[in-house]
Amino acid sequence: MKYVFEMEDLECANCAAKMERDISVLPGVHKVSVNFLTQKMTLEAEDSQLDQILKQAQKICKKYEPDCCIVTK
Amino acid sequence: MSKTEQTYKLTKKQKKARNRIVIAGSLFLLFALLPLYGWLKFFLYLIPYGIIGWDVLKKAALNIKQGQVFDENFLMALATVGAFGCGETAEAVAVMLFYQIGELFQSVAVHRSRSSIAALMDIRPDHANVERDGILIEVDPSQVSPGEQIVVKPGERVPLDGIVLDGSSQLDTSALTGESYQRNVQPGQEIVSGCINLTGVLHIQVTNSYETSTVSKILELVENASSKKAKTEQFITKFARYYTPVVVISALFLAFLPPLLGLGPVLMWIQRSLNFLVVSCPCALVISVPLAFFGGIGGASRNGILIKGGNYLEALSHVKTMVFDKTGTLTLGHFSVSQLYPSACSSEELVELTALAEQFSPHPIAQAILQKYGKTPDANRVSHVQELAGLGIQAIVDGKSVLVGNVSLMQQHQIEAIPLENPLGSGVYVAKDGQFLGSLVVEDQIKPQAKEDLRQLKEQGISKLVMLTGDGASIANKVSSYLGFDEVHSQLLPQDKVSCVETLLHAKQDGQLLAFVGDGINDAPVLSRSDVGIAMGAMGSDAAIEAADVVLMDDSLSALPKALAIAKKTMRIVRQNIVFALGIKLLVLALSIFGHANLWLAVFADVGVSILAILNSARLLYQSSKK
Repeated sequence: MKYVFEMEDLECANCAAKMERDISVLPGVHKVSVNFLTQKMTLEAEDSQLDQILKQAQKICKKYEPDCCIVTK
Repeated sequence: MSKTEQTYKLTKKQKKARNRIVIAGSLFLLFALLPLYGWLKFFLYLIPYGIIGWDVLKKAALNIKQGQVFDENFLMALATVGAFGCGETAEAVAVMLFYQIGELFQSVAVHRSRSSIAALMDIRPDHANVERDGILIEVDPSQVSPGEQIVVKPGERVPLDGIVLDGSSQLDTSALTGESYQRNVQPGQEIVSGCINLTGVLHIQVTNSYETSTVSKILELVENASSKKAKTEQFITKFARYYTPVVVISALFLAFLPPLLGLGPVLMWIQRSLNFLVVSCPCALVISVPLAFFGGIGGASRNGILIKGGNYLEALSHVKTMVFDKTGTLTLGHFSVSQLYPSACSSEELVELTALAEQFSPHPIAQAILQKYGKTPDANRVSHVQELAGLGIQAIVDGKSVLVGNVSLMQQHQIEAIPLENPLGSGVYVAKDGQFLGSLVVEDQIKPQAKEDLRQLKEQGISKLVMLTGDGASIANKVSSYLGFDEVHSQLLPQDKVSCVETLLHAKQDGQLLAFVGDGINDAPVLSRSDVGIAMGAMGSDAAIEAADVVLMDDSLSALPKALAIAKKTMRIVRQNIVFALGIKLLVLALSIFGHANLWLAVFADVGVSILAILNSARLLYQSSKK
């Protein structure tokens, strides 16, 4: 499935590129793109692993930008 | 866009950063005026440094823990702490101050660009008035299912695609097509989401769910466009990955290698190498290049041009050959009467007689004549209508025998008709009681602006214009020479068009690209075979949106020169930014090696260049609002 998540306080474009690179290699992730300009993450991933993936992705974002977070509804 | 400039307010975070800059800046100025020396100076300067730099230091510390050595914060911390260590206390504070000012400006520039982008995409309807159980309720457009009835009041945005059941109004389609002309809608007509209803209340039966509506498709297309990256963009991403490590490692060598070779004291070389650390962030490029592409694609969408990716925008700027399908692309795609040649009666009589005889025929030519007549012909005046296959029609009108058809029909009845010379369309000859009355020409008319639009394409550097058509050679040649085409291929079957385009693809030089422009009907194979497939008239046609790389919302050709201009401008700005940002950075690196650059210059090369590059790219976002 394809999911779109909003991101908050994504301030650095280089970091967005790094996040994208790290999230893309997480297990269960088919494709991911972190759009710096629209502040959105488009994630294509296994439904069953989604929670796990989001937790990991959140951690990755914090690593590059401590203030940045993925908005999960 | 002046509106966004006026209403832009700093975010909480930005305000905090501004306040810190003011406090640290004042302290810094104060200390700079006092005669301070030695340890006192060192400790006093630590105060503004702490105020302005604590978050950078904190992030740097966190990064070290996580093994993130090539992070901007870490490098800035290292550079300023290094400067403190070398005794350049004032410089260390100034650099951190300058860096934070730059970051603040950059943040504001990014936020502004983001709100301009949001404004560009502001075609999303926020509500729909749906009729349920006789009551009108306001719901989210996604809550409405096909088949339901909605009401759109004047001033509201049409939330969903549908068919008008009741009411008539004028629509402003400018958000979708970029053309600010108003369209009339009446009951029975299709209506596209995203338009603004101007004058009357409309009752609409919804045909598509929100997810499949025109607005959703446009937004999805524009948002996803950034995932199809242009070659230049890919290059930047790759470059950014290697640039920082290379610069940082060079800094290490610069700090310790020359002193080992006896070229001066370690301290001097460390100072020089600190500059390297400051310019090691590729941010200027990483932000401004995607922003330029996004701005180009966004600006194009505002003009009714949907570009499916940065790669196609880049390709568009290299197009030298443009191939056009004739019917529906260069012409209006429907027949109309273009010329009247009465010889034995008036024009009005000629049209009326033809319309009377042709009134029962479903043929497109007959429809064109009826349209020209403009009234409903009196069926009682006509009898004994006979369709003569391949020839025309024979009928009794007002008790007299009337013949309407081609030259062969006239010849069969030994009527001396004045032949039309090389008509651009089909000639229709009319005779009454064995006497020739005159003729009319019915043709698929060339779009009114076509000649001018094609001339503009030539002006913009398209070196070869090619026309493909299934029509006969005589019509094809006339149309092509009238419009100024360089090459024409006529009598083509649909499959011939693909092989024709393939021959053209082989014939062109390396680095020059070919674009095919069609109306999206029956030309999907050609659209996908060419370098850039452009489909026009997408208002409502799913097939066209799917098959093409670039979709023009309108039927008008004038979007083409606009699309080329936007593509070229985008690429120009991208190139400017790359050359400028890399040029300044390399220059500062070179100057640093020979000791001619200080930290101030280095910070400018980092954040200053970033801001200028972002502002340069942002020009693309504003062009759409200019007319």
